[in-house]
Amino acid sequence: MKLFPKVLGILVVLAAVGGFIAMDIPLYDKIFYIFAAICVGSGAFVVFSRNIAYSAFSLLFAFFGVAGIYVLLGADFVGVSQLLIYVGGILVLFLFGMMLTSNIDKLREERPTMGRLLPGVIVASAICALLISVAWGVPAWRKAAVQVPTKGTNTTSLIGNLLMGDYALLFVASSIAILVALVGAAMIARSDRLSPEDAAERM
Amino acid sequence: MHQFLVDLFGQNVVPYIIVCALPLVFILVFALLAILGELKLSAFMQHRVGPMEAGPYGLLQPLADIIKLMQKESIRPLKASRWLFQIAPFLVFVGSFAAFAVIPFSPFYIAADLNVGVFYIIAVSSIVVIGIFMAGWASNNKYTLFGGIRSVAQIISYEIPGGFVVLAVVMMAGTLSMQGIIEQQGGGFWNWYIFGGPKAIATHSFITGHDIATPGSWLSLLLIPLMLLATLIYYVCGLAETNRVPFDLPEAESELVAGYNTEYSSMKYAIFYLAEYANMFVVCAIAVTLFLGGWHSPLPKFIVQYLGADSHIWLGLEGLFWFIMKSFVLVLVQILLRWTLPRLRVDQLMHLCWKIFLPVGFVLVIVVAAWITFVAPRPEPAAKAGGDVNTPKVVAPPVARPLAGK
Repeated sequence: MKLFPKVLGILVVLAAVGGFIAMDIPLYDKIFYIFAAICVGSGAFVVFSRNIAYSAFSLLFAFFGVAGIYVLLGADFVGVSQLLIYVGGILVLFLFGMMLTSNIDKLREERPTMGRLLPGVIVASAICALLISVAWGVPAWRKAAVQVPTKGTNTTSLIGNLLMGDYALLFVASSIAILVALVGAAMIARSDRLSPEDAAERM
Repeated sequence: MHQFLVDLFGQNVVPYIIVCALPLVFILVFALLAILGELKLSAFMQHRVGPMEAGPYGLLQPLADIIKLMQKESIRPLKASRWLFQIAPFLVFVGSFAAFAVIPFSPFYIAADLNVGVFYIIAVSSIVVIGIFMAGWASNNKYTLFGGIRSVAQIISYEIPGGFVVLAVVMMAGTLSMQGIIEQQGGGFWNWYIFGGPKAIATHSFITGHDIATPGSWLSLLLIPLMLLATLIYYVCGLAETNRVPFDLPEAESELVAGYNTEYSSMKYAIFYLAEYANMFVVCAIAVTLFLGGWHSPLPKFIVQYLGADSHIWLGLEGLFWFIMKSFVLVLVQILLRWTLPRLRVDQLMHLCWKIFLPVGFVLVIVVAAWITFVAPRPEPAAKAGGDVNTPKVVAPPVARPLAGK
C-alpha cells in the first residue's frame, strides 16, 4: 500500500512533463521555462531549507539555472563565467567553510517569530517597492523587447575589446582590489612564524 | 552534424536528443575498452596474464564486471544524507558528460561548437568538484569526507596552472572555439601547438618553401620548447584533475579506504567509475585539441585526400580516426603511468602545483603575449603559410596590442 502514493506521484510528474512537451509554444520558450523553474525552485529551497547543507548545495542548481538563462539571452560568455565564478569559486568556498565546521548539519534554523518576521517583511517590501519604482522610471528599460542576436555574434571578443579599451582602468582597478584581498587573506591565514627572540619576548 | 539532423527530423527535440546520445554511447564503449586496457596492461606490466575467463583472452571481462555491478544491492548508509547521497554520483557524471558537448570528434561532428568552447569546459568541470564534495560529505563517513576535501583541493589547485597553459594557446589561436583552434593547426604536424603553433615553424622558408620569414622571426623557434613544456604541464594537470595515479590521494587505498566513493555500491558506484573514465577521455581530448592538432592528420592533407577521395564522409571518418587515435594514445599513457609511478605526498603535490607549474604558467603567458605583440607574423603571411588545403577557415586574429583601444 505504501507504493501507491509513489506511483501516483510518478504518474502526476509524467503527465506534467508530457503536457509541457505537448504545449504549443516554441522550443526556446520551453527551455526558458525549464531554466526559470530550476532557478526559482532551487532559490526557494536555498531560502526555506532548514538544513544549511541542503541550502548550500541547492545554490548549485540556482547558479546553473541563471547561467542557462544568460546563455538563452545570447550572453554565452557571461553564462559560462557565471558557472565558473559562482559554482567553481564561491560555492566551493561556501562548502569548504561548511565542511570544516563540525556538526554544522545538526544545526537547525529556528522558526521565525512574529516579532522578527514583521520588520523583515517591512524592510524587504520597502526595498522591493523602491527598486521597482526606479526600474519603471528608466525609460530605456521599458522599450519593447529587442530581438536578441543569438547566433553569429561573438560576445567574447566584444567583451574583451571593451575591457581592454573603454574600461581598461576599471578592469585594472578591480584586479588590484582582488589582488589586495588575496594578499590580505594570505596575511591573515598564515601561521605566525616568529623568530625565536620575538617568541621569547612575547612569552 | 546538428544541422544535418535538423534537416532530417525537423526543428524539434529529436535532433538534440540524438546529438546528446552519441557521446553517451561513446563513453560507454570507451569505458569498456579502457577498463579492459587497464586490466590487460597492468597484467602485462606485472608479468601476469590478466583476466582470461570471460570471452576469448578475457575480452568480455569489463562487460562481466558491469553486469556484476548492476546486480549488486544498492546500499545507503543509515546516517547518510538521503537526497545528497543519491544525487552526487549523477552530478559527477553530468559534469564529465557536459564537457562532451564541445569535444570536436571530427570536422563535421561536434555537438555544439560554442564561441566559448574551451572556457565552457573549464567551467563545467566545476560541477564535478561540487559532485565529489557532495558525495564525500553526504556519506557521513570520515574517510569519504577526507577524500572529498582532498579531491576538491587538488582539482581546484591544478585548474590554475592548467588554465594558464590553456590561456597561452587561446591567446595564440585568438579564439575560444574548439573547432576554431583545431582549424588553425592544419597543414602538417609542425603546425600543431605542441610545436609552437601554425606561426612558429611554418614561417621559416627552409621547411615550407614560402619566403615569408620576417627579420627576427627565428625568435618564433623559441616557442617550440616552451610549448612542449606547456603540453606536459597541461597533461599533468589533467592527470591531477582526474584523480589518477600519481595524483590519486583522494582515493588512496592505504589511507582512505576508497576516498569519496567508499560508501557507494552497485549502480551508483558504476556511475562514479564511468564518470572517471569519461573524465580521462575529456582531459586527453582537450590536450589533443589544444596541442596535437585535433582531428588533423600529421601530414599536410588528410590521407583520403591523397587517395583522391574528398567527400564529407571520408574526411569526417578520417578526422574521427585521428582524433580518437591521438586521444587513445594519451589515455594509454595515463594507464601506463598508473602502473609505473608511486603516489605523491600531499606536500609534493602542492609544491609541484604552486611552486613549479604556476610560475612556469605565468612565464608562459607573458612570453606568448610578448611574442604575439612583437614577433608574430602579421595575419596575411600567416594565412598563406597555413597549408594548401586546410587553410584556416577562421580569419587569423588581429594582433593584440595592449591598451590600443579608442
